Amino acid sequence: MSDEKYAVVCRGLRHAFGSAVAVDDIDLDVVEGEIFGLLGPNGAGKTTTIRLITTLLPAGAGMVEVFGLDVASHRMAVRRTIGYLPQQLSADGSLTGRENVELFARLFDVPRGERRERVREVLAAVGLEEAAERRAQTYSGGMIRRLELAQALISSPRLLILDEPTIGLDPVARDGVWERIQEVRRATGMTVLVTTHYMDEADQYCNRIALMHRGRIRALGTPDELKSGLEPGATLEEVFRAYTGDQLEESGDFRDARRTRRTASRLG
Amino acid sequence: MTHAAPAVPPAGSADVPPAWTTWRLLPARVVAMCIVELQKIRHDRTELYTRAIQPALWLLIFGETFSRLRAIPTGKVPYLDYLAPGILAQSTLFIAIFYGIQIIWDRDAGVLAKLLVTPTPRAALITGKAFAAGTRALTQAVAILVLSAILGVTLTLNPLRWLGVIVIVMLGTAFFSCLSMTIAGLAMSRDRLMGIGQAITMPLFFGSNALYPVDLMPTWLRVISHVNPLSYEVDALRHLLIGTPGHLLLDFGVLVVAAAAGITAASALLGRLVR
Repeated sequence: MSDEKYAVVCRGLRHAFGSAVAVDDIDLDVVEGEIFGLLGPNGAGKTTTIRLITTLLPAGAGMVEVFGLDVASHRMAVRRTIGYLPQQLSADGSLTGRENVELFARLFDVPRGERRERVREVLAAVGLEEAAERRAQTYSGGMIRRLELAQALISSPRLLILDEPTIGLDPVARDGVWERIQEVRRATGMTVLVTTHYMDEADQYCNRIALMHRGRIRALGTPDELKSGLEPGATLEEVFRAYTGDQLEESGDFRDARRTRRTASRLG
Repeated sequence: MTHAAPAVPPAGSADVPPAWTTWRLLPARVVAMCIVELQKIRHDRTELYTRAIQPALWLLIFGETFSRLRAIPTGKVPYLDYLAPGILAQSTLFIAIFYGIQIIWDRDAGVLAKLLVTPTPRAALITGKAFAAGTRALTQAVAILVLSAILGVTLTLNPLRWLGVIVIVMLGTAFFSCLSMTIAGLAMSRDRLMGIGQAITMPLFFGSNALYPVDLMPTWLRVISHVNPLSYEVDALRHLLIGTPGHLLLDFGVLVVAAAAGITAASALLGRLVR
């Protein structure tokens, strides 16, 4: 089970909020170095899965390993391998870009002597060097996302976990965020686990995709495998509909809607 | 678009530093949170000024009036001198008791989840937040003490006593901010926390020795004052700042135990907020 070539291994993973089963008996392997997409509509259980992997929630049943470390028993060690970008806009608007990243450098124990240089490097890597001394509340939505990416990268994570990284962004900003993710990944070989409900993004950037619906994984494979498995010329959206028999838009509860809209309005 | 190639070191270069055992994590996290608090205050001083208005009114109006009335027997100590440490404690109480709102805001904004995916144990995060509140309270304390000095309150010149004041303000604020974060973990919403905060602040304040000596209180209020950590904070501050007889060791002990209990309770409830 602790095979070195897997960044994430989930077996029989389950979590319920009261009587609502959010993640229902999931088996999942994320190979080291790949960009793995977790796709599904709001409320499919993507975020809960992420929270189980990132140590934020205890598994109701089953287990998760990150780089061979059991998440339940090696919480701190697992966290040192992870860079995490939550769905909401989580940068602190009252601090400058540099201060935002410095905080995470301290929280990840980047040695004092290297801190300044490391912060400068990651800010440069996301193209925010010039805006570093401005407070984040003056940033555009795309810049804030890239700042949050810098926060997640400061610890040189082996696994970057992105929860809806481009939600509420315009197409140009979306491309900007993905470009940075791609560049850093090429330079470092880190693994990327991303949730999204934008099918075009998943198609373009992910090596492999798991389609998630109502807490379960309905299909898994490369975008091409999934599409050609349905019929020649099929789109991912059609694949998704075929597996779930559902519309993408018409799901998710009040809490999901509120969270998504809040993110969007803070961006606007 | 041309820019520097991402000079991010190879993934995995920041593996577990073996020396970072939990006991070294705690001071590191506390320092990190306090630095952030100071940076925030530096960027926006509005709150510092607006929060100074209320204590100023207490000292100027309540303090000056009651000094003239001589209604409250404070021995040889002028009433304004007696009042100043009480108002200082009150002011830090007000800062601390609503500090939990920040953690609910952090929860809603995804910041809390992000902080908890760093190698920071829950207790270390809460301790960091508690002392960050203490840091904010200290900046407020400076304003109140300067005003007190201007109004003619005779404050100590002994640097050791000033050090003691810093420690006591930190501990008192740590306790009350943990109380607030504990309530946040139970109430789960800003509105409810505001309501509860409003409801308990005044009883805590009036049920303490901040305005009048314990001897003047009816028995039932004396009991409340005895279990109220604010009374111990005021007693220590009064002793340190204006030299009235106090029970410094007891005060310090009570505040340390209270802060530790507060940190424990708030850490235990933190999980509810991230769920």
